[in-house]
Amino acid sequence: MARASQLQVSGNGARSRAAAWLEATEQGYLQYPFGLIRAVVRLPKWVWLVVVALVVGSVVSFGAAADVPKGLSVGPTVSRAVDNGVDWMVVKWDPVFRAINTNLLRHFLLPLENWLLGLPWWLVAGVVTFVSYRMAGLAFSLLSAAMMMALAAFGLFDLAMTTLAIVLVSTALAVILGVPTGIAMAKNTRIDGVIRPALDLMQTMPSFVYLIPVMMLFGLGKVPAIIAVVVYAVAPIVRLTSLGIRQVDGSVIEAARAFGATSTQVLIKVQLPLAMPTIMAGLNQTIMMALAMVVVASMIGAKGLGVEVLNGIARLEVGRGLLGGIGIVIMAVILDRITQGLARSQLSKRAT
Amino acid sequence: MARTIAKLSAQKLWKVFGPRPQSVLRSDWRDKSRAEVQEATGHVIALRDVSFDVAQGEVFVVMGLSGSGKSTLVRCLLRLIEPSEGQVVVDGQDITKYSRRKLMNFRRKKAGMVFQRFALMPHRTVMDNVAWGLEIQGQSRRTRLERTHEMLRVVGLEGWAQNYPHELSGGMQQRVGLARALAADPEMLLMDEPFSALDPMIRREMQDELIRLQERMKKTIVFITHDLDEALKLGDRIAIMRDGAIIQVGTPEDIVSAPFDEYVGEFTKDVRKVEVLPVRFIMKPPKTRVYDWQGPRVALREMRQEEEDVAFVVDKEERFLGILAREAAARAAEGGDATSVAQLLETAPIAFSADDSLQWMLARVMDYNWRLETIPVVDAEGKLVGEVHRTVIRDLAKDALEVRVGVQARRSTTV
Ligand SMILES: Nc1ncnc2c1ncn2[C@@H]1O[C@H](COP(=O)(O)OP(=O)(O)O)[C@@H](O)[C@H]1O
Ligand SMILES: [Mg+2]
Repeated sequence: MARASQLQVSGNGARSRAAAWLEATEQGYLQYPFGLIRAVVRLPKWVWLVVVALVVGSVVSFGAAADVPKGLSVGPTVSRAVDNGVDWMVVKWDPVFRAINTNLLRHFLLPLENWLLGLPWWLVAGVVTFVSYRMAGLAFSLLSAAMMMALAAFGLFDLAMTTLAIVLVSTALAVILGVPTGIAMAKNTRIDGVIRPALDLMQTMPSFVYLIPVMMLFGLGKVPAIIAVVVYAVAPIVRLTSLGIRQVDGSVIEAARAFGATSTQVLIKVQLPLAMPTIMAGLNQTIMMALAMVVVASMIGAKGLGVEVLNGIARLEVGRGLLGGIGIVIMAVILDRITQGLARSQLSKRAT
Repeated sequence: MARTIAKLSAQKLWKVFGPRPQSVLRSDWRDKSRAEVQEATGHVIALRDVSFDVAQGEVFVVMGLSGSGKSTLVRCLLRLIEPSEGQVVVDGQDITKYSRRKLMNFRRKKAGMVFQRFALMPHRTVMDNVAWGLEIQGQSRRTRLERTHEMLRVVGLEGWAQNYPHELSGGMQQRVGLARALAADPEMLLMDEPFSALDPMIRREMQDELIRLQERMKKTIVFITHDLDEALKLGDRIAIMRDGAIIQVGTPEDIVSAPFDEYVGEFTKDVRKVEVLPVRFIMKPPKTRVYDWQGPRVALREMRQEEEDVAFVVDKEERFLGILAREAAARAAEGGDATSVAQLLETAPIAFSADDSLQWMLARVMDYNWRLETIPVVDAEGKLVGEVHRTVIRDLAKDALEVRVGVQARRSTTV
C-alpha cells in the first residue's frame, strides 16, 4: 500500500490511475467491513432524511392525524362519475351498441364459427398440417399433426374451432383498425403523440378491467368478448405498423418520389411492402394476445376453450381445466409458428 | 462556342436548412460565411446563390468536396428538396412555381435520377425496379415489359430481369439504377455521385459505358462527383462548388489550366495534364507551310527564314499532305529535276488530331520512336492547324513522369 500511494504521488496519467485502482481493490479485499461502514456513513444527506422520517413515523403515534382526511378523498366521486357516464351511454346509445352487436354476430362471427364447426375434423387437421409444412418446415408439421390429433382425442376440437373463430374475427378487427392507425402515427407526429400514451395505457391496464364497461355496453355474449379482445390485442399491430413504416430506408422513398410517385403510391407500393415483415411480427403478437385474452373474456361470454379453463377453476376440476389449458397452448403454438413463418417469408425475398 | 438556349437553368438558388430559413435570408446573415451562420443561428446555408445554364445534350458536372452542397443542389432541381429562394427553369418553365400535380408530371416525364447508394427497391425484382417510373405513370403492362427489356439490354443486364437487387453486384445494381432512370426516356438525367460507391475498376467501366451511351442518347446530364478525374473525363463543362456556392465554371481545360483559386488548384494539382488536355492545348500555329504546287526553292527559302529543318506541305484547301525535309528540298533545288514539293514528300501524311489527348500523342510518339523535329496537328477535316515541337513533347514526358510519381507517393500515404 505504501508503494501504491507513492506511485500515486509521483506518477501521472495512466500510471496514477492504475495506482488508485490498486489501492481501491486492496482496500476492498482487506478491509471489507470498514469499507462497508465507510460507504454507509458517506450516504447522501437526503437518504438520511428519508431514513429519519420513516423512523419517526413508526415510533411516534399520530392518532387520527395518520388517516387521509375525508375532504381529500375523491375516489368514490370519480368512480361514481364513471358509473354515471357508462349508465348514460348504456341508455342513450343502446341502439348503436345493439346494432354493432347483432351485425358483428350475424354477419361475421356466427357464419365463420358454423363453417369451421361444419368442417370434418380430419380436413382441418390436414390443412393445418399442410400449412405448417409450408410455413415452418417438415419437423413442425409433424408436431402440428400430433397436436391436432391430441385436440381431437381430448374432445376439444369443437371448442377449439369456436375459440379460433373468436380469435380470427378479433384479429381481423384489430388489423382493420390497427394498420391504418399505425400508418397515421408514422406519418404524423401529432397523432403519434396522442395514440402512443393511449396504447401504453391499454397495455398496462389489467385485462380484467376492460370486461366491466364492455359488458355494460354490450351485455354478456360473444360480441362483448370480441370487443374486449380487440381492445386488449390491438396495441402490437398498431405499434409495429408504425415502426415498420418509419423504418423504411429514406433513400428508397426519395428515389420513388423522384420518378413522380404520389404519396399514396409510395405508401402502397413501397412503404407497406417494405414494412410487411414488421407488420407481420405485429400480427403474430396480436394473435398471441388475442388468444390469451379469449380465456379471460370467457368470463363475459366467450365460448370455447376458455370456458373449460374457467369452469375447471370454478368447480375445482383440475383435469378439465388442464385439458382446456393444453388446448389453448396447442392453438398458441400452431398459430405462433405459422404467423412467424409468414413474417419470415416476407423477409426472405430480399436482403436483410 | 455559341450558347444555344438553355435546357435547364438554375437561377440564384438558395437553400437554408434549419427551423426558420427566411429569417436568415432576410437579414445580414445572408452575406456571412456558412460557418458563422451555423455557429450563431444553427442554420446551414447549403446553397448560396447558385446559377448556371445547361445546354441541350450537354454533360454538366458539379464537383466539390463532401458537404459542399452538391446533393442538395441536384435535389433542388427536382424539388425533392424545396429551394428556399431562386428558380429552376426547364425548357423555359419555372418549375418552382409548379403545382403538385404539374410537378409530379414533370418528374415522370422530363427527368430521371440516379443515386449514389443505388436506392433500388429491395422488394421488387430488377424488372419491376426498372419499370417503376412507367408503372406509376399508369403505362400498360405490355409497354412496361417491352421497355424494360430494351433498357436492360442497353445496360447489359439481359437475363437478370427476375432477380432481386441484393443478388446483384454493386456495379450491376447501378446499371439497374441507370436503366430505371432511362426507362421513361426523359430528356434530362440527374446523377448524384452515381459511381462513387463502386470500386475503381468498375467505376471506370461505368464511366466508359456512360460516355458510350451518351454518344447515342444525347441527354442533358447533370452529373455530381467529388472525383476530379471523373469530372474531367465526363464533363463538357465543370462547376466547382465550395460551401454551397459555385466558384468556377468552365471546360475541363479551363479548370486544369487556369484554376480559379487555391481551392480549385488544390484539386487539380495532382492531375496529370497529359491525361486531361487535348493536343490543341499545347500546339503552336504551324511555322513553315508550303503548298503542294510550289517549288523546292520556295520551300527552302521558307525553311531558312524560319530556321526550321522541315516544312509542312498542304494542298490548296490547307489539307495536310506530308512533311518535307530540308536536305530533300536542298537536293531537289540543286538538281532541279523536281518541279513541285509534292513529288519530294518522303514521310506518309501522319498527323495528330487537335482533339487527341496529350497522353495518346505521347504514347504514340514513344511507341514509334518518332524522331521528327516537329509533329503536325490537323482538325477534323484534315486541315493543318498547328504543330507540336519536339522539345515540348520532351518536357511533357518529363512532366508526366514527375507528377505520376508524386501522385503515387501521396496516395500511398493517405491509404
Ligand atoms: N436535412 C438537412 N438538414 C440540415 N442540414 C443539412 C441537411 N441536408 C444537408 N445538410 C447540410 O448541408 C450541407 C450540404 O450537404 P450535401 O448537399 O449533402 O453535400 P454534398 O452532397 O456535397 O456532400 C452539409 O453541410 C450538410 O450537413
Ligand atoms: Mg452528396
